[in-house]
Amino acid sequence: MVEHTEHTEHKHEPNYLEYRGKYKGLMGWLTSTDHKRIGLMYFYAMMTFFLSGVVMGVLMKLELISPGEQLMGAQTYNGLFTVHGLTMIFLFVIPGVAAVFGNLMMPIMIGAKDVSFPRLNLFSWYLYMLGAVIVLSSQFMGDGPPDTGWTFYAPYSLKTQTNVVAAVTGAFVLGFSSILTGLNFVVTMHRLRAPGMGWMRMPLFCWTLYGTGWIQLLATPIIGITFLMVVAERTLGVGFFDPAIGGDPILFQHLFWIYSHPAVYIMILPAMGVITEIVITFSRKTVFGYSAMVISTMAIAFVGYFVWGHHMFTSGMSDTARWVFSFITFLVAIPSAIKVFNWTATLYKASINLQTPFYWAMGFIFVFMIGGFSGLVLGSLATDIHVHDTAFVVAHFHYIVFGGTGFAFFGALHYWYPKIYGKIYNGKIANLGLVIFFVGFNVLYFPMFILGMMGMPRRYYDYLEQFHSWNIVSTIGSWIMVTGLIIVIVNLLRARKGTGKVVDDPWDGRTLEWTIASPPILENFEEIPVVDREVYDPK
Amino acid sequence: METTATRHTDMHRDDTAAKLGMWLFIFTEILLFGGLFIVYSVYRFRNPVAFHLAHEELSIPMGFINTVILLISSATVAISISAMQKSDRKMTMIMLSVTLLLALTFLVNKYFEWGAKFEHGMYPGSEVMQNLGHGDMLFFSLYFFMTGLHGVHIIVGMIILGAALYKVRTGAVNSKQYALLENGGLYWHLVDLIWIFLFPLFYLIH
Repeated sequence: MVEHTEHTEHKHEPNYLEYRGKYKGLMGWLTSTDHKRIGLMYFYAMMTFFLSGVVMGVLMKLELISPGEQLMGAQTYNGLFTVHGLTMIFLFVIPGVAAVFGNLMMPIMIGAKDVSFPRLNLFSWYLYMLGAVIVLSSQFMGDGPPDTGWTFYAPYSLKTQTNVVAAVTGAFVLGFSSILTGLNFVVTMHRLRAPGMGWMRMPLFCWTLYGTGWIQLLATPIIGITFLMVVAERTLGVGFFDPAIGGDPILFQHLFWIYSHPAVYIMILPAMGVITEIVITFSRKTVFGYSAMVISTMAIAFVGYFVWGHHMFTSGMSDTARWVFSFITFLVAIPSAIKVFNWTATLYKASINLQTPFYWAMGFIFVFMIGGFSGLVLGSLATDIHVHDTAFVVAHFHYIVFGGTGFAFFGALHYWYPKIYGKIYNGKIANLGLVIFFVGFNVLYFPMFILGMMGMPRRYYDYLEQFHSWNIVSTIGSWIMVTGLIIVIVNLLRARKGTGKVVDDPWDGRTLEWTIASPPILENFEEIPVVDREVYDPK
Repeated sequence: METTATRHTDMHRDDTAAKLGMWLFIFTEILLFGGLFIVYSVYRFRNPVAFHLAHEELSIPMGFINTVILLISSATVAISISAMQKSDRKMTMIMLSVTLLLALTFLVNKYFEWGAKFEHGMYPGSEVMQNLGHGDMLFFSLYFFMTGLHGVHIIVGMIILGAALYKVRTGAVNSKQYALLENGGLYWHLVDLIWIFLFPLFYLIH
């Protein structure tokens, strides 16, 4: 292997996409411990799962176009929203930005050749794929797809005849994949920052991954053990959560949300990091309030740990617990708002370079604000009682999770696409796709706020006639959104095939990944860089 | 399996990173059991009498012996590491073997302890267990689940230490490069530590 590098050194150094290791073709990828290849493997797998999740979502919206049974009955619909949730949450948004773009870019951005544990990194990918296969097999094996919703609330998850065990086991495996990725990233950022890159010179995207890594480490085990208990209860007949044998279903909800609320920050923090990078690059100036950004990142990670109770305001908790959780929930809004203000302040008097990634970032800020404000409605005790378990929650959730992480994911993709593939896409078509996607997104989800306020419950395949008109709007929105999505994806696929080679630094970026070749060579840098400037100072 | 991309792992050995990674992993293990400790405390708070009566079914001598075994095994693994630092390969191997033997004794002990319960028809899903009162049911569910999960950790620890022993023999683990041994030791202390909490929670309730 060493000989191989020696004779290529003098000529054109092969980039990571064309590099020939011991194996060629597919095996070369499946056995590669290169962080960039692993990132891309996550990306391809994740896009497959994401698109199948989209199809399920569109089918559900189609069912809801009119009251009564259109395409499917109650059981199919229940299975569909459960598996849509599982796929989107555990296979797309939780690993999402961190596993794909964290893997692809973080080591480069801190000036390292790879992560600290490259083989563990590859192992995490295999765990991810194994978990995905188990989760998806719950669709086809046993007694039909699980119908509990992605939250697996006891005691129903213990009683239902459907294939809960496979789904829960898969989620457990995915949790371990997530823990190991977080561990790898945290250690990498401790150990492998380039000489001269102090903590306060680390790019803000890396900081968000650092905060995320800690949440992955400290929150995920809780859901791991909870899911194990559900499996044990279903298969071995031991008692933990079933009230019939003395268990407490509310305890399950606590344990579930102790992880699953911080998980929301696992999804959103790296997304915020991506948006920060994009805003800085296209403002062509340094960030406003670097240390405030760092502190707010860690504050979100920390405070986000203590708000899980706001999912359970109506489940039965003491009044004290409820107002405490409500208060802490409002506290999280502060660091989130600091980020939005800092983005805005960075844009102030900037000479903004209007390119596709920047538009995605603006789309993110818009939908994130709507999602955030509607979150305050749900975080307040009185209003939450009114809209709990209605379409309002679904709308809020999709504005934050899909609007937040989804927009950031595509923003990151358009931002780093030239770096990843060394190709450039057609900017006009990309913008067109984005605008259609953005319009469709809002037409799809905004009516659900209204429906929720009107009192339409979520998770039913059927509804009363008075909700009909807004549901039609929402369903049409899903078609518009998918049209935009198809345009975006086809445009990127065509760019991949196309010949439009780009320069190494098309956006005039300031972080380290823009100082190297596009696509990068196998170990990123010819020589480990020495950092002698603040991170967002001009190169 | 060694593709070209792995060569930097060989070039950049970083024992500090390996140890940091192990510590982080230990945090996750503690939280894994932390979830169970929460469940335990909630149910014990609600069923104090039943938990107290149920614990009398457990044999304190058995639990005590196992506690002593694990404490000694923690000492032997620590000795094996310091022996490695002093390049005393023979001592390292002896102490690692003793550790593995003690771990095995722990499992044999556990086997007899669980076996006695099984003979009385007490095992997860059994009829006897289904007919227990709520508090006892929860106690024994937690008992089997938590000691069972701990047993799995014992086995994982044995595999890691066994691998370390093998590598000491082949010389892949030596006085210059013993991260695997040290991490195995760290993990073993964790397994020991968890038992130190399980023992009073299940056997010594007052």
